[in-house]
Amino acid sequence: MLLELDDHATAVAQARAVGRRRSLTVNAVRILLVVAVLGTWELAATYWIDPFYYSKPSAIWNRLVDWFTSGTSQGSIWTQIAYTLEEALIGFALGSVGGVILGIILGRSRFLSDVCAPFIKAANAIPRIILASLFVIWFGLGMSSKVATAFILVFFAVFFNAFQGAREVDRNLVNNARILGASRRAVLRTIVVPSATSWILASLHSAFGFAIIGAIVGEYSGADKGLGLLINHAQGTFDSAGIYAGMIIITVIALLAEWLLTLLERRLLRWRPPAAGSDAQI
Amino acid sequence: MRTQAEPDGPAIELRDATKRFRSSSGGVHTAVRNLDLTVRAGEFVAVVGPTGCGKSTTLSLVSGLEPPSVGEVLVHGRPVDGIPDGVGYMFQTDAVLPWRTVLDNVATGPRYRGVGRQKAREQARDWVQRVGLGGFESYYPHQLSGGMRKRVALAQTLVNEPSILLMDEPFSALDVQTRGLMQDELLRLWAGDDPLGRGGGAAVVFVTHDLEEALVLGDRVVVMTAGPATVKASFDVPLKRPRDAEEIRLTPEFLEIYREVWESLREEVQITRERGTGNAA
Repeated sequence: MLLELDDHATAVAQARAVGRRRSLTVNAVRILLVVAVLGTWELAATYWIDPFYYSKPSAIWNRLVDWFTSGTSQGSIWTQIAYTLEEALIGFALGSVGGVILGIILGRSRFLSDVCAPFIKAANAIPRIILASLFVIWFGLGMSSKVATAFILVFFAVFFNAFQGAREVDRNLVNNARILGASRRAVLRTIVVPSATSWILASLHSAFGFAIIGAIVGEYSGADKGLGLLINHAQGTFDSAGIYAGMIIITVIALLAEWLLTLLERRLLRWRPPAAGSDAQI
Repeated sequence: MRTQAEPDGPAIELRDATKRFRSSSGGVHTAVRNLDLTVRAGEFVAVVGPTGCGKSTTLSLVSGLEPPSVGEVLVHGRPVDGIPDGVGYMFQTDAVLPWRTVLDNVATGPRYRGVGRQKAREQARDWVQRVGLGGFESYYPHQLSGGMRKRVALAQTLVNEPSILLMDEPFSALDVQTRGLMQDELLRLWAGDDPLGRGGGAAVVFVTHDLEEALVLGDRVVVMTAGPATVKASFDVPLKRPRDAEEIRLTPEFLEIYREVWESLREEVQITRERGTGNAA
């Protein structure tokens, strides 16, 4: 009996050790891969190719250090980051709230969705990024034109998922709730919204990326501050290291946002079986 | 004869009810045709019929989820318009909310009916105990087995204390042993504190395609025709209560009534088979 228990404990310990070793190996190979890629790039740019066009890791690193210590051509780097982030966040918030509300309303009303279907299809087919130019004319060079671009990109991404989520609510659950005594509003609140939540959360991941793209492209089309302007300026002065540096900053921001959204998702979808996470969203 | 003993009249009455659906190919599909069925208060009626014959449609007419195309449906003597008071409905597939714990799932009904959170939780806790899930209050449905999820659904329905209980093949997805257990459990809960196992007054309509299950549970077995469904015959089940779901199947009385009802049901099953499974839905 005691021996069996002992056996079990050793088995658990062994399984853990195997798991640890594996994740260690995976991480080591990852680091090796990054070093190899950056090393080749650095070597190639030093000896064979022209760093003026392709830049090199050390130059990009120096540019980043330069930006964060002595500021950019447009002023402090933090001001630029804060400005772009503010545009993206406002656009993201407005776009996702609007998308969720309209998506759920249309998803629950057969009549409205039938009426709106062709317009929505058409609106989705528009290359929305072009609207950024229009928004600069409408709202000027300030923050609102970038917010509008971010909004429109986020809105459609979230809207379609919320719409689909609200449509695919299990009829069984709705009927059950009605029998148990739920009013129409209670069905919406306790059945439709929670069912659509996993769809909506899935869309928020890509939506934040869209918000940043919207803000940057907006700044590209005309702005007085922001990371997009910084990149645009780097392009204008043939400063390829500056373009890479801007790209890296944006990537870091997007990854941080992704991490926060994953935390939110875990918290809201606690009830889901752990394995269903990946295949429940098809 | 019994009507005099029950001044309130029948719990459920379907009068010449017909239900048609528009099928996806543009035609019209008749699920239920000229159905007459009366269920007394406190009576346990089991409805058997071939798979896909329209038994479930009958329940949705009584529950008010679907209005009849022709005919009348009365619950407690009043025409059904929306969901009638006192109706509970257990669906064939799980209808428990996956994002709520066992306790909150059971508390759902009272919450919808305006009971305060604390009070609803108390009622729910009591019912969770009664269906034998004490200790699992904070589990999510995906952490439970199929049989346990059925118990949650049962508690969720019974916590509202329905006077009419509609059940649509609720145990058909369970394995044989669990099904027997759940049948016993249902009979026990339906009987309440009554030592004669005669029930606390809820009328039950239990739809199944399993004749054995129908005979184990019902006071009366109604045989439906192959779709469109209508009542073919009705048999009183002369088996004493309280019944033990596993034991009663082996008694000679059981076999006798089984043979009698099967004789009637067999023809309908045959018809359904000949049509092929393609038309069953």
